[in-house]
Amino acid sequence: MGRKITIEPVTRVEGHGKVTIHLDDRGKVTQSRFHIVEFRGFERFVQGRPYWEAPVLVQRLCGICPVSHHLAAAKAMDVIVGAGPEKLTPTAEKMRRLMHYGQMLQSHALHFFHLASPDLLFGMDADPAIRNIVGVALEHRDLAVQGVMLRKFGQEIILATAGKKIHGTGAIPGGINKNLTIEERDSFLKGPAPLNADTMIEWAQGALDLFKAFHKDHKDLVDGFAPFPSNHLSLVRKDGALDFYHGVLRAVDSEGRKVLDDVDYQDYLKYIGEEVRSWSYMKFPYLRSLGKADGWYRVGPLARLNTCDFIPSPHAQKEFELYKAYTDGKPNNMSLHTHWARLIELLHSAEVIRELLNDKDLQGDKLVRRGKRRPEGVGLVEAPRGTLFHHYRVDDNDQIAMANLIVSTTNNNEPMNRAVNWVAENMISEKPEITEGMLNRVEVAIRAYDPCLSCATHAVGKMPLVVEMYDSRKNLVDRKCK
Amino acid sequence: MQINRILVYGIGNPGRRDDGLGPKLVSLIETEGIENVDCDSNYQLNIEDALTCSHYDAVVFVDASETTAPPFEFKELEPAREIAFTTHELSPASVLALTEELYARRPRAWMLAVRGYEWELAEGLSPRAEINLSAALAFLADWVDQGRSKTL
Repeated sequence: MGRKITIEPVTRVEGHGKVTIHLDDRGKVTQSRFHIVEFRGFERFVQGRPYWEAPVLVQRLCGICPVSHHLAAAKAMDVIVGAGPEKLTPTAEKMRRLMHYGQMLQSHALHFFHLASPDLLFGMDADPAIRNIVGVALEHRDLAVQGVMLRKFGQEIILATAGKKIHGTGAIPGGINKNLTIEERDSFLKGPAPLNADTMIEWAQGALDLFKAFHKDHKDLVDGFAPFPSNHLSLVRKDGALDFYHGVLRAVDSEGRKVLDDVDYQDYLKYIGEEVRSWSYMKFPYLRSLGKADGWYRVGPLARLNTCDFIPSPHAQKEFELYKAYTDGKPNNMSLHTHWARLIELLHSAEVIRELLNDKDLQGDKLVRRGKRRPEGVGLVEAPRGTLFHHYRVDDNDQIAMANLIVSTTNNNEPMNRAVNWVAENMISEKPEITEGMLNRVEVAIRAYDPCLSCATHAVGKMPLVVEMYDSRKNLVDRKCK
Repeated sequence: MQINRILVYGIGNPGRRDDGLGPKLVSLIETEGIENVDCDSNYQLNIEDALTCSHYDAVVFVDASETTAPPFEFKELEPAREIAFTTHELSPASVLALTEELYARRPRAWMLAVRGYEWELAEGLSPRAEINLSAALAFLADWVDQGRSKTL
């Protein structure tokens, strides 16, 4: 008798997604999908609002990476007020960079310590009562404390640059509304340990070393879990360096051949299409030059380290060279190597923060520039989870007439489906019993991307993780909740 | 135990109608300025909130609920371990467990769950949620007042 397994991994108001795996009478997987079951609506939310409100309004999208939306919207509005994307004052651009790298630091630290480390430290089959962040706190207290403090440091950077912990107002069309005081700078550079930049670099390196040690002992798992070839897309600096804040769009295929060769993201619609599929409210972006079937791509840490040529900070560059050597310089298509890439980015973020803090431009007083008003603008940043597109048209009354957002999770829609499919076919198919460990592997595949269903779906969700099994007649035969 | 320092923590996104009940209630408490009561709020709880909670004798989490009986429910919380699917959410019970494990502190904690009804992307509470908010605010102000004058 055929069965259908449904996993509903959802959070409070963070959207609503589920995984369904269809099995035939012999338990062989016939189809698997990662669904988004809510509808989009945020673009309509901002329509009719004055354009200068956008950088604040869009932070309603997500409580984890509001800075990404804040900055992507601000960059689009820079274009609209004639000051973008490369005409900001040095103080404005560097303050925004500090804000953004502070966010990358706290988000990447959170992901590693909260989501990835329980699976790595305890194993995917470990008792769920242990395999969680509290288990990490109990067994690896120092590591857990470092996770908390890395995140706190990033949050403090955001507070100092954006003005508020949530709903910051720092970035405004054409610039920034404050600089960094000497006192603020010194507190981050010379503050009592552990909350200073040097300690953050040390701890980021420590987290990376921990992952590398785990990888050394578990190569089969880390290399063999959900590997699949894909295209990769991200911003890169004009000289090919890794850059989270600004640059040109580059895409490479699974062999490293350039598919998008450093194009201006103001023209993204020429290069990126969005496919709608009947079974999901989340769109499927693709590279137009490769078509819908072959043009899907990954974004995020794995993609960024596949597209960039180098990392412009010394410790992270050294790690990048080791990372690239592991795949002989070819793009890395191994899903769990996303954690490796993320930790190199964590180290880079900490290094950039220290470098920026030592830059006297942060104490400058030229904060805003304006130019010729334009009706349309596109803003892109590399958010923690990947490339984030904000596109707006503004009417003659200064009201937003159109908004189009492609968030990181939407960009990763097809890769997440591929990862789930890999687990279904390799871990669940034709097994006599579906265990908690198997289902956890489905989550591990999605966790590598840490999807933000709030950003992707903009809707209300439910709390529990629900697993439902259906027979071939669609009768519910089993249901489990976490 | 004698409650000396109380944290009232609102959880929710004011951009999703009644999900903003927690932050709204906290902003009203903040405006009142109650002695020995600090306020905080965020869209979701996260790991650094364990450090924050460690500084208090008591924590009241205020959150919107779509299932609780109106106007609100108030219940004591215990630390608990839970598996996370995403970095976008951490339960109050998990935060308390982290507080205990990382900082060797175990503040007493309660959840004030206020019934909400509308969750779409818009600002402002629904009329029925406003009524529940008023009832919850009155209750909490009274409860805090009692907490200062006697042990809980």
